[in-house]
Amino acid sequence: MNYHWNWRIFWEPAPNGTGTYLDMLLSGLVLTIETAICAWILALVFGSIVGVLRTLPSRTASWVGFAWVEFFRNMPLLVQLFIWFFVLPEILPPSWGLWLKQMPNAPFYTAAIGIGFFMSARVAEQLRAGIGSLPRGQKLAATALGLTTAQTYRYVLLPMAFRIIMPPLTSEFLSTIKNTSVALTIGLIELTAEARAMQEFSFQVFEAFTAATVLYLLINIVVVMAMRFLERGLAIPGYITGK
Amino acid sequence: MKRKYIIGCALAATLCAGPALAEELTGTLKNIKETGAITIGYRDSSIPFSYLDDNQKPIGFAMDICYKIVDAVKKDLKLDKLEVKLNPVTSSTRIPLLANGTIDLECGSTTNNADRQKQISFTNTHFLTASRFVSKKSSKINSIDDLKGKSVVSTSGTTNIKQLTEANAARNLGINIIPAKDHAEAFLMVETDRAVAFVMDDILLAAFVAGSKDPDTYVISKDAFSKPEPCGIMLRKDDPAFKKVVDGATAALYQSADGQKLYDKWFMQNIPPKGLNLNAPISPVLKKAFAAPSDSPDPDSYKAM
Repeated sequence: MNYHWNWRIFWEPAPNGTGTYLDMLLSGLVLTIETAICAWILALVFGSIVGVLRTLPSRTASWVGFAWVEFFRNMPLLVQLFIWFFVLPEILPPSWGLWLKQMPNAPFYTAAIGIGFFMSARVAEQLRAGIGSLPRGQKLAATALGLTTAQTYRYVLLPMAFRIIMPPLTSEFLSTIKNTSVALTIGLIELTAEARAMQEFSFQVFEAFTAATVLYLLINIVVVMAMRFLERGLAIPGYITGK
Repeated sequence: MKRKYIIGCALAATLCAGPALAEELTGTLKNIKETGAITIGYRDSSIPFSYLDDNQKPIGFAMDICYKIVDAVKKDLKLDKLEVKLNPVTSSTRIPLLANGTIDLECGSTTNNADRQKQISFTNTHFLTASRFVSKKSSKINSIDDLKGKSVVSTSGTTNIKQLTEANAARNLGINIIPAKDHAEAFLMVETDRAVAFVMDDILLAAFVAGSKDPDTYVISKDAFSKPEPCGIMLRKDDPAFKKVVDGATAALYQSADGQKLYDKWFMQNIPPKGLNLNAPISPVLKKAFAAPSDSPDPDSYKAM
């Protein structure tokens, strides 16, 4: 292979005038982390609500939950982001659409919301499975004690269900981080986009993408470690998720 | 078993080393002679340089130049038959594919600059383009200063967005710069009013305007963000024998009357698939670059007299 390796490229000044190429990649990394965290918070909040809705005895509630999950999980993320970014402003009244289009940082908000909703469908399914895996007696016992449905979920079902689904939730969080790279298609200059820009400016393709790979690996390792730590801290001795 | 393997390896090594010793050809030329094929990398939507027509066949100004280069290579190697393989490339894949030998020439509109020359070589410049912007006539933007405080889009990772960023900082314009994934998306942003202007190579802007639903709605600025920058066909670095053949072929083409004819074919006449006419007469700088072919990355060296 006739390739001119240059690992010192990271310390050379980038042509966009904001420092070195490494600074460029790191600013992308920061944006990746910010987007992922915002999206993950949305995913957890909406996912928990929808997951609970799907297990409620009410027909309407479980239908709403079903519709939400199927809507967000059956469309490719890329298509969803395009709909949020390009189609939504066109179907709103013109003045609202214009306001939405001229909002600063529009790609960031669109990405956080789009990825958050996409992942919320997956979190909802995990939570439904978690609640479903609890013995039926738990719910019956709560009712026998005179707890309302809200209290049953708050004090009996959810604390157990969330502990059970910790390992799959870790995977979902990792997916959220990786999914932020799709947002480069709507102009969010996150880590992958910065790596692409770096190879475009310097033509050092392999160095740029190697650095991006290492950075993704590092944040994901940090997340895995943190989640494992949390899992261990929350474990209840004697129960299925504890030791 | 193991011995057989070693003998096999030794045999393979002698076979590979044989031709190299027998001939003085090196690098790409040697490879082309051995395989009887040359591979051209093309772009799918770089109008009018290299793009797909309605039969999904790559055509364009740069493609025609590459076919001339292929003829010259064939003549130089005294081959009766030279197979031309075509391989699509994107801005992210062109360097790896050129470096690992998948393609031998990249035929598109890649800007030739000093940084890129550290990685690959360019042949003689076939076009010069400056950064300008396109806007809707109705938004009445006549100069770069009129962009003050507005949203302006450009394609991420291009030299154009870099020039826009620099001008924004140097002239204190307070422009909200939106990076787009590709040219088509950037133009869409102007079309849907997400941005008032799109900063790009003037010739690409002309192609987008000509291809839009209503070409009369748009206007390309007179103001430019840069001097005209050279574009060239890429080949592998440190392959002087191949570069000499390629440079010779392109210089002969540009200096002959065919060069101008080829230019007119793609920039002054209707081009497939939709019969667009870019109507971009040859610029004085390009005329000079054709008269005195050069692969210099320095925009100043192309100044028209």
